[in-house]
Amino acid sequence: MPELMIQVENLTKVYGATRAVDDVSFNVRKGEVLGFLGPNGAGKSTTMKVLTCYLAPTGGRAKVAGFDVFDDSLEVRKHLGYLPEDTPLYKDMTVLEYLQFAAAMRGMASDRSAKRIKEIGGRCGLHEVAGKLVGELSRGYRQRAGLAQAMLDDPDILILDEPTSGLDPNQIVEIRQLIKEVGKEKTVILSTHILPEVQATCSRILIISSGKLVADGTPDELRARERGSRYRLVMEASGTTAEAVKARLVGIKGVSRCEPVRGEDGAHSFTLDAAGDEDLRKVLFRAAVDNKWTLLELHREAVSLETVFRNLTTREEVKS
Amino acid sequence: MNAALTIAKREIRTYFNSPIAYIVLTVFLLLAGYLFFGSLFIERQADLRSYFNLMPLLLAFIVPAMAMRLIAEEKGSGSLEMLITMPVPDWQVIVGKFLAGMALLAVMVGLTLCYAATVMAVGPLDKGPAIGGYLGVLLMGGTYMAIGVMASTFTRNQIVAFIIAFAISFALYLFYRLLPFTPESLRPVLSYLSVESHFEAISKGVIDSRDIIYYLSVMVVSLVIATVSLESRKWK
Repeated sequence: MPELMIQVENLTKVYGATRAVDDVSFNVRKGEVLGFLGPNGAGKSTTMKVLTCYLAPTGGRAKVAGFDVFDDSLEVRKHLGYLPEDTPLYKDMTVLEYLQFAAAMRGMASDRSAKRIKEIGGRCGLHEVAGKLVGELSRGYRQRAGLAQAMLDDPDILILDEPTSGLDPNQIVEIRQLIKEVGKEKTVILSTHILPEVQATCSRILIISSGKLVADGTPDELRARERGSRYRLVMEASGTTAEAVKARLVGIKGVSRCEPVRGEDGAHSFTLDAAGDEDLRKVLFRAAVDNKWTLLELHREAVSLETVFRNLTTREEVKS
Repeated sequence: MNAALTIAKREIRTYFNSPIAYIVLTVFLLLAGYLFFGSLFIERQADLRSYFNLMPLLLAFIVPAMAMRLIAEEKGSGSLEMLITMPVPDWQVIVGKFLAGMALLAVMVGLTLCYAATVMAVGPLDKGPAIGGYLGVLLMGGTYMAIGVMASTFTRNQIVAFIIAFAISFALYLFYRLLPFTPESLRPVLSYLSVESHFEAISKGVIDSRDIIYYLSVMVVSLVIATVSLESRKWK
């Protein structure tokens, strides 16, 4: 088994006049859980559809488990488990029947398939609904059935398109746990537009925007790329309005943005963004003293992944 | 071929788990029964000819209705993506779907074997035309079925699939009816293309390899086009 489970080189997919995926290259190593992040319509699903041999790329190439997705599509699919967006399962089958069907389609021997269905069904918490029709399942159970189907043949690579969408918080935690566990020995690619999700599950993040790859790295690396910090400020300033205070704050060197936020009664609350690496807490304290504001709270935090994501994906939109 | 059979098994179950199979069977048996028993009781003729005679037209209508959902429904619901990203060649998907349709057709035609039994009960059954007729119905139905599967790959809308399949099937049926109005030089071509001219020969009990080859080749061509159409998502 090659160390690089997925190799994508200059992948491009054009639908009519739109470039859904534009010259994207990346590699995924064995044992990585890769989060595919991007706004809706950024090209996440399209890339996944190319990797699962559902669509052929317009340009570039992609290799999965060492096989070309176009030339050796059958071999690629043998190494893949795939959960498409919205989990389109057959509604007229029971969960057990569906898993048996999936096992037969994958050419699994009957004794192995029975064993795997039991094992995976247990891991995905499907035993209690095994006899229920897929069409009658709640969203969460349907999602788990889809996940079970993808993992049935113990594939080396799992491709999951928005695996936690539509689940309640408890289910989300369970599914994430499951993905993390699987990710220890397998390679997993999952797409999402929920940021805490990638932070919780992924060892590496790709951010894609308007079809282009805009970032690639671990969560820490991505955070380090984006310099600056954010401050939260709560103060009492009798005799002045929030606007006046804001005007003063914006005037401070290093502050790039200042937003009043709703806070406690009688106090003014602000969020400040600073672009540089410099710590502005001292400056802010001094400003408060000079202006006779009573500082109630001052808190500095590093950029969140959210900021990174917003900066990367909105910048792209402006450019194009 | 295992995957094709797995798909066929699933499709057959879907047919019989939903009202489709029962509606199609009922409509078909009503019409066929009317034709058969009409001639039995009114014209006092105990043979299968009036039943077989209308099959080319009746099946051109019924079979597209049986086939329309086979691919189009999965395209509409999105489950096709799940199906064809499994490690199975596209042609097996098509063949599996076709076999499921053929199984339903065989059940439908099989139920009309009681007409043959009825004829046998009241008089001698002409075995040649009966065997040829049933074989011909299956071959002709299979041809319509392959066309139906092909049409079903063209669209996600089942009604559109039905109309396309019916239009092609009906055209193949109509060729024979148009023969008297066509120029002499075109007649052999038109007659060869017509489903009915071949059926007529077989249902007389004359089983000629040329007729069988005609049906099989239309089936193969339709299923190949269906496979290509399924693969067309991958065209660059």
